[in-house]
Amino acid sequence: MASHLFCGRVNLNILREAARKDLREFLDKCSGSKAIVWDEYLTGPFGLIAQYSLLKEHEVEKMFTLKAGRIPSAAVKNIVFFVRPRLELMDIIAENVASEDKLQPRDVHILFVPRRSLLCEQRLKEKGVLNSFTNIDEYILDLIPYDGDLLSMESESSFRECYLENDQTSLYHAAKGLMNLQALYGTIPQIFGKGECARHVANMMLRMKREFAGSQTQILPVFDTLLLLDRNVDLLTPLATQLTYEGLIDEIFGITNGYVKLPPEKFAQKKQGEGGKELPTEPKKLQLNSAEELYAEIRDKNFNAVGAALSKKAKIISAAFEERHNAKTVGEIKQFVSQLPHMQAARSSLANHTSIAELIKDITTDSWLYFILCNMVRNAHLNMPDVFSQTALLSCVSASEDFFDSLTVEQEFMTGVDTDKVSTYIEDCIAQKDPLIKILRLVCMQSVCNNGLKQKVLDYYKKEILQTYGYKHILTLKNLEKVGLLKPQSTMRNNYPTIRKTLKLWMEDANEQNPNDISYVYSGYAPLSVRLTQVLARPGWRSIEEVLKMLPGPHFEERQQVPTGLHKKRQPGENRTTLVFFLGGVTYAEIAALRFLSNMEDSGTEYIIAATKLINGTSWIKSLMDSPEENLP
Amino acid sequence: MAFVTANWNPLGDAFYRKIELYEMGWNLKDGLRDCLVAAAPYGGPIALLKAHNRCSPSARPQLEIFSSSGLPLASFPWKSGVVKQLGWTVSDDLLCVQEDGTVLVYDLLGGFKRHFSMGNEVSQSQVLETKIFHSPYGTGVAILTGALRFTLATNIDDIKLRRLPEVPGLQGAPSCWAVLTQDRQSKVLVANGSHLFVLDNTACTPVTPPGLSPQASSIVHMCVSFSYKYLALLTDSGHVWMGTSNLKEKLSEVDTKIKAPPKQMAWCRRPKSQQPSAVVMWDGLLLVVGECKETIQYHLDDDSILVPELDGVRIISGTHHELLQEVPGACEEIFKIASMAPGALLLEAHKEYEKESQKADEYLREIKEQSLLSEAVRQCVEAAGHEHEPETQKTLLRAASFGKCFLSNFPPEQFVSMCRDLRVLNAVRDYTVGIPLSHTQFKQMTIQVLIDRLVYRKLYPLAIEVCRYLKTPEYQGVSRVLKYWACYKPYCMPSCMLVYTVVMYLKNELNRGDFFMMLRNQPVALSLYKQFCKHQEQDTLKDLFNQDDDHEELGNFYVKASYKEQRLEARIAHLQSAVDEYYKAKNEFSAKTTEDEMRLLRFQRKLEEEKGEQLVGFSLHDTMTTLLSVGLHKHAEQLYKDFRVPDKRFWWLRLKALAEKEDWEELEKFSKSKKSPIGYLPFVEVCIKHHNKYEARKYVSKVTLEQKVKAHLAVGDVEGAAEAAIERRNESEIGTVLSRCSATTDHLLVERLNRAKATVAKK
Repeated sequence: MASHLFCGRVNLNILREAARKDLREFLDKCSGSKAIVWDEYLTGPFGLIAQYSLLKEHEVEKMFTLKAGRIPSAAVKNIVFFVRPRLELMDIIAENVASEDKLQPRDVHILFVPRRSLLCEQRLKEKGVLNSFTNIDEYILDLIPYDGDLLSMESESSFRECYLENDQTSLYHAAKGLMNLQALYGTIPQIFGKGECARHVANMMLRMKREFAGSQTQILPVFDTLLLLDRNVDLLTPLATQLTYEGLIDEIFGITNGYVKLPPEKFAQKKQGEGGKELPTEPKKLQLNSAEELYAEIRDKNFNAVGAALSKKAKIISAAFEERHNAKTVGEIKQFVSQLPHMQAARSSLANHTSIAELIKDITTDSWLYFILCNMVRNAHLNMPDVFSQTALLSCVSASEDFFDSLTVEQEFMTGVDTDKVSTYIEDCIAQKDPLIKILRLVCMQSVCNNGLKQKVLDYYKKEILQTYGYKHILTLKNLEKVGLLKPQSTMRNNYPTIRKTLKLWMEDANEQNPNDISYVYSGYAPLSVRLTQVLARPGWRSIEEVLKMLPGPHFEERQQVPTGLHKKRQPGENRTTLVFFLGGVTYAEIAALRFLSNMEDSGTEYIIAATKLINGTSWIKSLMDSPEENLP
Repeated sequence: MAFVTANWNPLGDAFYRKIELYEMGWNLKDGLRDCLVAAAPYGGPIALLKAHNRCSPSARPQLEIFSSSGLPLASFPWKSGVVKQLGWTVSDDLLCVQEDGTVLVYDLLGGFKRHFSMGNEVSQSQVLETKIFHSPYGTGVAILTGALRFTLATNIDDIKLRRLPEVPGLQGAPSCWAVLTQDRQSKVLVANGSHLFVLDNTACTPVTPPGLSPQASSIVHMCVSFSYKYLALLTDSGHVWMGTSNLKEKLSEVDTKIKAPPKQMAWCRRPKSQQPSAVVMWDGLLLVVGECKETIQYHLDDDSILVPELDGVRIISGTHHELLQEVPGACEEIFKIASMAPGALLLEAHKEYEKESQKADEYLREIKEQSLLSEAVRQCVEAAGHEHEPETQKTLLRAASFGKCFLSNFPPEQFVSMCRDLRVLNAVRDYTVGIPLSHTQFKQMTIQVLIDRLVYRKLYPLAIEVCRYLKTPEYQGVSRVLKYWACYKPYCMPSCMLVYTVVMYLKNELNRGDFFMMLRNQPVALSLYKQFCKHQEQDTLKDLFNQDDDHEELGNFYVKASYKEQRLEARIAHLQSAVDEYYKAKNEFSAKTTEDEMRLLRFQRKLEEEKGEQLVGFSLHDTMTTLLSVGLHKHAEQLYKDFRVPDKRFWWLRLKALAEKEDWEELEKFSKSKKSPIGYLPFVEVCIKHHNKYEARKYVSKVTLEQKVKAHLAVGDVEGAAEAAIERRNESEIGTVLSRCSATTDHLLVERLNRAKATVAKK
């Protein structure tokens, strides 16, 4: 069920098991049949911890979404609210509880995730329902295991809270999560960090450690190093379009809590004899993680290398199926049959990913690869929908050109071409009223790559955006300025070129097929955050002091005492393990780049990644937008 | 109760006792040897710094801060210069005086606060010796420089450096010196051999202590009492001279019979005591001297330091912490062997009462006959205050309570407040808190200061409990603690919700003005409160911004408010307020754009009324698109001019609007109206988008050379594209065309393209 958590260097399933244990204990506290009323936001993150089957084993019979009014009827003994500590949710709960049937009282419980809140309880008290609750508890869910080498807090707005609203709650949770992690995996002896938030988290951790002094865990440290990185140290990377397979899936369709919803057309199963059956209308939902062998293999490849990988896989599978003709003896046939389930799973996995790749192709690249890909798939005798008619092809050309143009402009910005004047491309995009977020991503990128825009240029863009998309976006623009994504040029020299050169952020000859550098994940651009990580491992940050000073926030190093006897004795050739924590979010391409570093033969370091949230440019910018039209309660 | 006197030692008419306060919680390898140590008075924190190793200056010593019970509060490697002296301010800040006269200020948890310099002269001639002193004006620093001159700052929070006059005939470091506070002025008393001088702002005056033993040829040590009223001098002949610090009166002189120079000397006199007394410390020996010839001697096992207090001296060693003091009168009266004082009798009476013996009545009767019962109760209560052991305190208070029963009009205040005080004192004396305050010190220091000290140590819950328990007025007590607690959040608070709780509590407790002022100084609490208001109390938010003169945020506030209004007039009124605020904030851009929006809204409404097209709320762009699509070209044109829409965008707009209507004729006219600022490729593309290849072809020829290939390909003319690409000899374009050739394409064309590509590539 959670096989994806076993495959990494660190067994993250321990963390998941700990979380499940807590959940079971809470559920058993409310004895008898129960219905859970969910704060909808929490269902995704909880899905990573426990499926419905676990809840069912503990007598959860019904699940509802938290809504105003009455709770739908259900013959259960207990009603359990699973909510975040938000005041507005308390009001809804109070309404729910107040309209409970007084004649048939049920036990009501509340579980705050991730922390109890006095203010919320106060609110429930004011509403006169606090005494109705049998249990008020908290479920600490800070770091959720997401994949074999990946942890996420699934905290959507943490960047906004930290940088726009000066609310550091999520940092507190991050520190708590790291303490919890250390309780399970041993003290992390070395802590490095860059950025204000990183400093905060490290301070809180050291403080918590002091406060819990004495209750030190006697566990051999699993992690050698923790690296805390602020998102605002590297504002550029999330703005760039990710070009790995997984990154593109996220850019185009959006991955939430490990699942992606895809347009259904390409997944129509054509069964023999049912030729004209209607296309499904429900989006196709797929879980994406390393438990799926093929996905693990291709997720981090540059998209341009995915076609070849898929075709190779197709050949292997069809060859495997061909084996059946060679199976002569009963023994051979038996062996073949025993492999069938695995082969069939592989085949359906291949079919799924070929469909996804096609969907992406429609939007991204030139047609040649598309052709090759589809032909390959055909040759593999797979049951693939016949999608490439001439018209379909033509319609995708304009879309792909658009993608290509926008990519070209991004790459120009990143290499420092014409970043100081108004870009004709952006101008045209605004004139055609392309999606606002696309425009904002590009303008922000230009600003970041130029260390701020000339006042005239900035004002021009702002005016164009407001005139085209509406005055209401004025607050969004102000937000972007507040967090530093947009800014007027200061008197300071543009230091981006120096940073780019010193850290080798742009590699002319990025090899997409057989990469030898992390820059393959953006077809040329090496993510700054990952470069910092790479340099830290070797030769060390001392070699880039100058650049570190140009980037915002302090950089620091702390050491944590490990109890004597628990000092790790490294075997020759044994890799170090570093936990890289992105405060404010991480992109799939960055994860891919870190995985690439882990797998490099001579890297000497393996990386486990943690983040407040998995983000991409679009979701990130969206989290910073303010829409005054959406009235608040 | 005989054991109470077990640690008493008589000296003249008085008794002295040494009480163990703590067994130290620290674990120091070499005790206090070779350490710079500073312990703050009133049971304050202790700072330790291993002496600088001159041989290996690179080795960084650790600066450690402990509570009085030896629990670690902070520890960090000392990375700055050579420290000459450590000391504490009245508000529990640590001062580290460096060799170069720089003084670094840390809080008691090791957080760096600031630094200041003692002036150029000091930094040039370096610091020889330093004394940190307290006066009614705050904490002062006095420095003796390498040039044998004194520089002094009376209050480090308001630094005025004073350089004192020269001491005549001073060849080397003076044998000893001290800082006095007299006549509202800080002075330095300095001994050079047997000569004594007082240095004040203007003059150096020689003085002679009256009746100083003639055997003395040099004054080797001196100390001033806690109140600055008394002075003690130790001479090379081993005599301790005690007198008033104005040197007008001699109180006593005692021969210690020890001629070795002492390590430290301190006054040990409790207020209102009849007997002057001082403590002198040598290696392994501690001596209490008073008026009489005799002295009390204590053996010391370990390197120790003396910390003078208001009512005694604390002795801190590597393992123990003790208080040496004159036994307070009330205690002496009650516990002195065979005492017949009313308090002693009352205690006896109560003891017998507990034993259910009729003797209780006898004792009581004896007190009552002398009508001294109320005096007895008072004595017991007072003595309880001076006792360190809670058990002894309880016994005395029970006796007092017992005595009270036989008094009709005895005022209860003293008893009640003593019970409260002791409960608080026992709580802060606890090992985990480590503030060993005596009752006398507590009364002198006041409850407010104690609360502050707890707050400095971040013992917020205890501080609040103390305030509640002592019924301190809210504004001095609980509210103040909560305020500090709130601002401390970023490092320790369990999530913002607790800050919210604190903030909400204060909001109800304080009046609005004070509350806002408090928030102003607490950025984290303020931003959290703003978040809260954003969701719950919009109007408060406005008041907050108003209070801060945050015009930018006020502007934003009005913008948001405008969107909540249904009526256009109200909406525009809010926007006008926003404009005003933006101007005040000097944000010209926002002000101008907001004015534009108001103009647009008015225009939209007018047109809605006139033409019946729904427009209000549309962006300028969408408004123009709508106008063009319904044929209101003139109005669109007017907006284009009024709002200075860039030509390019307006062309795009018209192009798209015409294509949308499939008004190809008009489009062609438009294309010829003047030279297109966006070129002609958009014309081609827009036509193709509307599936009109025929119209698209019309514009291909007008497209610039650079875009020719694209244009040809857009209309599906591979050959044309090939021609253009070959002509331009552009490799990537040729590549693009090639990629668009299919099996049905003329293979000759493909060959040509390949050849051209090869030629270009060669170059």
